Amino acid sequence: MNDDLGLPISHGRRLWLYTVGALVLLFLIVPSLIIVPMSFSGSTLLQFPPESWSLRWYEAYFQSVEWRDATIVSLKAAVLTTMVATPIGVAAAYALNSGALRLAGFINAVLTASLIIPVILIGIGTFFLYARIGLNNTLTGLVLAHTVQALPLVVLTVLSGFRSYDMNQERVARSLGAGRLAAFWQVTVPQIRFSIVSGALFAFITSFDEVVVSLFISGGETTTLTRRMFSALRDQIDPTIAAISTCLILLSVVLFSAAQLFGRKR
Amino acid sequence: MSAAPADLPDRGGLNADVLSADARREALALLGLCSPGIVLVGIIIVLPIGWLFWLSLFDETGMLSGANYARVVEQASYVRTFITTFEVAFIVTGLCVLLGYPLAYMLSQLPRRAASICLIFVILPFWTSVLVRTYAWLVILQRKGLLNTWLMDLGVISQPLPLAHNFTGVLIGMTHILLPFLVLPLYASMKAIDADYLRAAMNLGAPPTATFWQIFFPLSLPGLAAGVVIVFILCLGFFVTPALMGGGKVIMWAMRMEQTTSLYSNWGAGSALGVVLLAVTLGLLGVFRWLLGARATSAWGAR
Amino acid sequence: MSIARSAPPINIRGIAKRFGSVPVLSDLNLDVAPGEFLTLLGPSGSGKTTLLMILAGFVRANAGSIGIGGEEVIAKPPHKRNIGMVFQNYALFPHMNVFHNIAFPLKQRRTPAAETAERVEKALDLVQLQGLADRRVDQLSGGQRQRVALARAIVFEPRIVLMDEPLSALDKGLREHMQIELRSLHRRLGMTTVYVTHDQREAITMSDRIAVMNKGRIEQLDRPETLYARPRTRFVAGFIGESNFIPVECRNDSVWYAAKRVYTASPLPSPGRHWLVVRPERVRLAANAEPDANANLLDATVRDVVYQGDSFICYATLADGQQIALRDYCRGDVLTLLPGAGQPVRLRIEPEDAILLADEI
Ligand SMILES: Nc1ncnc2c1ncn2[C@@H]1O[C@H](COP(=O)(O)OP(=O)(O)OP(=O)(O)O)[C@@H](O)[C@H]1O
Ligand SMILES: [Mg+2]
Repeated sequence: MNDDLGLPISHGRRLWLYTVGALVLLFLIVPSLIIVPMSFSGSTLLQFPPESWSLRWYEAYFQSVEWRDATIVSLKAAVLTTMVATPIGVAAAYALNSGALRLAGFINAVLTASLIIPVILIGIGTFFLYARIGLNNTLTGLVLAHTVQALPLVVLTVLSGFRSYDMNQERVARSLGAGRLAAFWQVTVPQIRFSIVSGALFAFITSFDEVVVSLFISGGETTTLTRRMFSALRDQIDPTIAAISTCLILLSVVLFSAAQLFGRKR
Repeated sequence: MSAAPADLPDRGGLNADVLSADARREALALLGLCSPGIVLVGIIIVLPIGWLFWLSLFDETGMLSGANYARVVEQASYVRTFITTFEVAFIVTGLCVLLGYPLAYMLSQLPRRAASICLIFVILPFWTSVLVRTYAWLVILQRKGLLNTWLMDLGVISQPLPLAHNFTGVLIGMTHILLPFLVLPLYASMKAIDADYLRAAMNLGAPPTATFWQIFFPLSLPGLAAGVVIVFILCLGFFVTPALMGGGKVIMWAMRMEQTTSLYSNWGAGSALGVVLLAVTLGLLGVFRWLLGARATSAWGAR
Repeated sequence: MSIARSAPPINIRGIAKRFGSVPVLSDLNLDVAPGEFLTLLGPSGSGKTTLLMILAGFVRANAGSIGIGGEEVIAKPPHKRNIGMVFQNYALFPHMNVFHNIAFPLKQRRTPAAETAERVEKALDLVQLQGLADRRVDQLSGGQRQRVALARAIVFEPRIVLMDEPLSALDKGLREHMQIELRSLHRRLGMTTVYVTHDQREAITMSDRIAVMNKGRIEQLDRPETLYARPRTRFVAGFIGESNFIPVECRNDSVWYAAKRVYTASPLPSPGRHWLVVRPERVRLAANAEPDANANLLDATVRDVVYQGDSFICYATLADGQQIALRDYCRGDVLTLLPGAGQPVRLRIEPEDAILLADEI
């Protein structure tokens, strides 16, 4: 086989390498996939493969007010987070990319801080702060905390979009009579839109899948899906969760494919 | 205002004042673009953490003291937590290297097309909820889980193996979740290795094994180091998997923080734990950047 | 597209620009006459692009003044300067077709649709791209992209056009063709043009005047022929065309190369060391006997003769080891009469071809 590196390994070793690699890939992907058929099981026992098939766990999911409310809260939070984090992140990325920003390195570090700071600390910190300003168990509080966590991903994705974009285009647009905003909007945005969309998708999934901070600051009316799942997993393993997980996997695959699709066009 | 000596010759240059005012205006406008993000991070992250830090400096009676920090090193349960945490971090990082290196190596050897398909399987888990993946492992590993059922049906074992709700479960679950964080930067660094080096080495008569160990492996080390540091740091603060798969027996740092603050409402002690965790994390990152330069930590945004 | 309505002059005064603490332009002054085609020529890193960016308003100078038609524009944003700009990589908008690219400046000015269509049509005519209005940008050849960029820069009838190495991405034949087209376009439209290149041939072909830049300064600003015939600094002499540099000394009101008197039409400089600059094609082979009181005659030994098709270069060494090159056209039987390597020759330099330059280094 002709490969890029052309590092000759004997066939035996290559076979060995590929076997190990394939097993590791399976280790990464199979556990999540096993959930899918199990969610269609007809029995209360978790079996693989299931002995009988039914949609009862999906019915259980959709008919449970608690699960449904939690899902709606998570969706709301994710949509709002996306709507807040994307423009903030794009604006910051624009400024960081301009080269004329002072302290750009420091600002970049601040904006991406939540990638490095242990999530548990953010959770405890926001809980502590929100307790004083009455934001615990509110959608606002949830969206603000998730926005901070989604921001680095938007900033980094859009910055990488800028990197493969020729800033001379915006310059030329300005010399042709477009103001800075008009040039950005008419010329730059159409060309980095794929990065912006990828960043927005990141923001969405970051919020939707966020567990640790939500454990602390969501509850009551605004219990998120992840928080409810976490509690359910602590107590007992109900096949309803298999149905929910399957839905989440489907959502991941859809968002991931969208991001890949947009990423390719970049 | 902030006139460095180099600014001086321009003083009195034509329009220098207009131009520097204009420059200041632009700098302010750009800062304005960043400010929503900065303000948000300031309120949601910096302010509370600073506050917690402040709290950690006072003991229960409200006196300024180092009691919270002293307890962190003295109290046996805390020390046990640290030991457990580092134990888990080292083993999980080791497992990630053991599994991740061959995988990344294979990916880097595959033709472009096949590699990008395989890469999907590495990246897709990033997009999948940690809870879903942890749930999957619970289903597989628990006492009456799939693995034990199969093994008993096949007659391999007569008693269910204790795989979940213990140390083993935590290791398996965390390795599964953190593995992509190691593979992606490693794969990127392997792809960046210039094939000419390898050809040159082999032209000079080096056998493949020697070429691998003397050329390829050292060149892949920066990527490996980046992955190792990321995985290790994430291990230190990991919460979800140990909480769900440890069965209450494996108490890691983050869980101890959660218990101390939520269960016992001891904010001083919990904050001290958090401050130390943050310091260790930043310290490790700092050492790593110092050793390898800034580029490696950028692998973080790889998701 | 009408002939320029009174193209404005550009008056640049005291421009200084630093990046960090590195000075890139220092106290730069330059006047561009109305309707002039002026070229900034200089080696890489000499600050040509930076100056152009300051003119267009994309880079902010640390100090200085830019007057366009008498109006100070140094603090004006780019979109209010009404300057057409062509970049080296064209910077066409890939998400718009040719028509919309060219119509972009008109759209910004809220030109009515009918007029826009008409003007775009005319601009396409001017750059000879009739019928390509609906093409996507990535379906164009390099030369066509260049023309679209040009049409876009002139469609709104700016009175000033700036171009940064607009032809450097084209291959040689196309580049030479476009040089002529650009030139004739400029003649027809008459806008004040500042053009950047580091190709001296291109500069000489196209420009009314050339400003030679070096290390952030303008070394000399002159018409191409003057620049070539009368370089004022050693840098200019070396950068434009080929030159022989011979170290000479001025004493007792005359110029000396070692013990030999040098005759020159240049005004006598101050006493001290100087450079005598002679273009290779101005060096002649002298008939041995030729006696002439005023010409400079130098005895040399031929080191090598290089045949270059239309011309040849003869490298010779003077008695003290000084190298000197001579170039001539290959007409008639010149080649057969040439001395071979190792043979002695006598070189002749007319006083008006011997240029004296101050020793800078
Ligand atoms: N944004 C910048 N930051 C720092 N230094 C810069 C920047 N832009 C240009 N420079 C420096 O200023 C100097 C002049 O650059 P400029 O681009 O004007 O040169 P140039 O004459 O156009 O060269 P070339 O022929 O290579 O295009 C160079 O030394 C360059 O490194
Ligand atoms: Mg340039």
